[in-house]
Amino acid sequence: MSELTSLSLTEALAGLEEKKFSSRELTQAFIDEIEATNSNLNAYVIDTPERAIEMAAASDEKRANNTHGRIEGAPIGVKDLFCTKGVRTTACSKILGEFTPTYESTVTSNLWSEGAVMLGKLNMDEFAMGSSNETSRFGPPVNPWRRAGSDQPLTSGGSSGGSATAVAANLCLAATASDTGGSIRQPASFTGTVGVKPTYGRASRYGMVAFASSLDQAGPIAKTVSDAALLTEIMCSHDERDSTSLALDVPDWGQAVKEGVKGMKIGIPKEFRIAGMSPEIEALWQQGVEWLEQQGAEIIDVSLPHTKYALPVYYIVAPAEASSNLARYDGMRYGERVMGDDLTATYEATRAAGFGEEVQRRLMIGTYVLSSGYYDAYYLRAQKVRTRIAEDFDKAFEKVDALLTPTCPSAAFGYGEKSGDPVEMYLNDIFTVTANLAGLPGISVPATLDKEALPLGLQVIGKALDETSCFRVAGAIETAANFTTKPERWW
Amino acid sequence: MKERPTYTLKGDTGDWEIVLGLEIHAQIASAAKLFSGASTGFGAEPNSHVSLVDAAMPGMLPVINGFCVEQAVRTGLGLNAKINLTSRFDRKNYFYPDLPQGYQISQFELPIVGEGIIDVDVEPAHGDPAYSLPVRIERLHMEQDAGKSVHDMDPTATYVDLNRSGVALMEIVSKPDLRSPLEAASYVKKIKSIVVALGTCDGDMEKGNLRADVNVSVCRPGDYEKFREDDDFSHLGSRCEIKNMNSFRFIQAAIEYEAHRQIEILETGGTVDQETRLYDPDAGETRSMRSKEDAHDYRYFPDPDLLPLVLTEAYVENIKASLPELPDQKRARFETEYGLSRYDAGVLSADKEKAEFFEHVARGRDAKLAANWVSQDLFGYLNKAELELTESPVGADQLGGLIDLISSDVISGKIAKDVFQRMINGEGDPVAIVEKHGLKQVTDTGAIEAIIDEIIAQNPDQAAAVKEKPKTMGWFVGQVMKASGGKANPQAVNKILREKLGV
Repeated sequence: MSELTSLSLTEALAGLEEKKFSSRELTQAFIDEIEATNSNLNAYVIDTPERAIEMAAASDEKRANNTHGRIEGAPIGVKDLFCTKGVRTTACSKILGEFTPTYESTVTSNLWSEGAVMLGKLNMDEFAMGSSNETSRFGPPVNPWRRAGSDQPLTSGGSSGGSATAVAANLCLAATASDTGGSIRQPASFTGTVGVKPTYGRASRYGMVAFASSLDQAGPIAKTVSDAALLTEIMCSHDERDSTSLALDVPDWGQAVKEGVKGMKIGIPKEFRIAGMSPEIEALWQQGVEWLEQQGAEIIDVSLPHTKYALPVYYIVAPAEASSNLARYDGMRYGERVMGDDLTATYEATRAAGFGEEVQRRLMIGTYVLSSGYYDAYYLRAQKVRTRIAEDFDKAFEKVDALLTPTCPSAAFGYGEKSGDPVEMYLNDIFTVTANLAGLPGISVPATLDKEALPLGLQVIGKALDETSCFRVAGAIETAANFTTKPERWW
Repeated sequence: MKERPTYTLKGDTGDWEIVLGLEIHAQIASAAKLFSGASTGFGAEPNSHVSLVDAAMPGMLPVINGFCVEQAVRTGLGLNAKINLTSRFDRKNYFYPDLPQGYQISQFELPIVGEGIIDVDVEPAHGDPAYSLPVRIERLHMEQDAGKSVHDMDPTATYVDLNRSGVALMEIVSKPDLRSPLEAASYVKKIKSIVVALGTCDGDMEKGNLRADVNVSVCRPGDYEKFREDDDFSHLGSRCEIKNMNSFRFIQAAIEYEAHRQIEILETGGTVDQETRLYDPDAGETRSMRSKEDAHDYRYFPDPDLLPLVLTEAYVENIKASLPELPDQKRARFETEYGLSRYDAGVLSADKEKAEFFEHVARGRDAKLAANWVSQDLFGYLNKAELELTESPVGADQLGGLIDLISSDVISGKIAKDVFQRMINGEGDPVAIVEKHGLKQVTDTGAIEAIIDEIIAQNPDQAAAVKEKPKTMGWFVGQVMKASGGKANPQAVNKILREKLGV
């Protein structure tokens, strides 16, 4: 392992600025590391070393000319959900075949224009549907973390499992990810990394393969809260090509990370204390409360009474939107096609072969809940409850500046441990989905190790557009937790 | 204006009436599509006007075209309809190769335009009196067009052209207020005249830029009135929807065929299945396209890629202030400003070009005379010759010149018809025609007297009898006109004849 690859983004940028190393050297170190270890970790589903070297050389030139961007020369990985011009983009689904976009997503464009270097495309659950990355057509990535004394491979969570693995295993400085029900925050929690889901509408969805349009939001997975803040600032922008994109300036979140929480009011939603919650998670939460109190925050109990409906609502709304969003994968214009005897048979054969089991399950759920005669009972009712859930948050935020919760009900688990039972898998999202349903920003910060030496994250949820408060709280937790443990290298 | 006649179809078991509701698809006259920047140009190479959004590439998102919204609002105002300040786009989901997204973006629950009402003028063909009726508009919504499947290029394959994919349409839905094939066609004509006057649709039916689906049902006399009382559709028969007709003639023929088909089914004890049918103009019949059982479940739901469309009062007011004069307003103005009958005013105001032509002719002249010449003589000729106004051999200035000759007594109305015929034949300017053929009216009383004296002398018996029967003086007028080659001034002829005959 090279020392260069273990740097944080902020450290690497400082090194580049001080000419301790060039972007070419830094990029080459990552390329070497990917070449050496990706077969064990399966984080990248396609690597782009030539492009990376080209971009790095251009970055070095820009630094020499003093025309560099904010993250000039920083090698990053891109979740395979983001369309990248000239680089195969499949959302890790067979149905997209060797699809190579002729266009670039807004989020990645923003990163490239600030000088980021692309190392490759990162593994994910097929169409971002999953919590363990086991639904990827390329097989799951492997979590660099293992239970103490065990060599059982663990999942790095999902759907942004590849991003989380790559960041935790130093296969990039940071990575793009996306979060529809927890797909950034849960993998971050599982891998001891920082994951940020901005307010819905902050980051453009243009060029991001859609799962559930009203919930999808891009964000980074990074090694530190400061790194994540910088990347979030760059990834977010107003984009006229996305009608749900917000026409707002991006604040200085990097500054917020250092501001501390003195005088802030932090809410503890009692409904998140679910039945059967492990004492370790309970203790982690309590630890978070104490850290914030010690730094001058006031802790206030709040109630989000509709929380218990969040998962059922999510698993109606998200599949409903997905069933329509994924209709375009019909084998007619791009991607894989399996010919049948007639049009209907071709559709059926193409989609049966192209979509994995979990995607098919959700498409069927989504189609069902939108069907005539069921729409009112499922979709419409779910939307009404969704409004109630958002109102719960509005009420809570009258009293507090941010909420503190655990990110996940458990640490990373092994492959196959939950994939047999979809409902148990869905329960992984229980603490994260509400933020998506209400469109709120959320950050997962690594806080501690459980008794098996696996990382656990704390989640901060903020008011819509108030990422600033989230970053303040996240920064405070990071400082207090001083989570510096790295996974023991086995890969 | 005459009362609305009842359109009745005779069956073996008694009389039937028909009930019609129309859905008109009008392509918005916009250079760009509804949700993508791609061009809407007609007749381009297949798949040359297709953006990444139109082709539904992964990660592509729709962005509403503000110009199209404005056109929909303009049209709504032109239909005297309520503009919904908040409307929403929904997805209509179904699979077909010419529908790349797998859904059509439409407005299902909250359309941009709500209820309205327009006056429809009906002009029966065989000399029955014209009449006018109010037709209620249920809604107008915006939606995307699909692409085009081409089945005849290859015996085993279907090709898809996505140039139309995403083109903006307005769907204008009427209430079931139309009661005869002619009323339905007249309604489409009226809608066409409104959108063309507004400039929101070019109205080109041949290109399919304006096309109609007609819902047809039949009922017994009296049932419709019950329906209008309580809005309960069960008073009416099952309806069939005839899709996609783009000619007034086809619309009428299809409705007639379909009504008879339904009556035959009902009279032989059958039931009409609610279904979608297509009209085959070659066979002159409608054919089943899709039964109710096969109907898609479109799984409508709000499009999460688009925010609700929210307009302000000021936005709507601005558009209202910029509306051009609409056919109905123009008719009302023609009635008051030119003193035309409602019927003449209706005919002359229905079409923008025709109205402009009339106003050009009427300016500074006897408007009623101008109206007669324009609508009866000129339009009558153009109709018969199947010519468009733009192809007319007689221009507005020329026709105006002819009217000037009549008004200033240079020629009589009768001679004017002859001059008009010569103008049609391409002889050019009416003054020159009159000059060339010596058609000027004879107003010289001496010359007229000479002719009259001669005729009285030749017909002493009639001259004696006319005192008993003054009505027979017409015979003398005719003789004089004939002898003068029609050029004698009729007033002068009458006056002198009266004096000479002592009537």
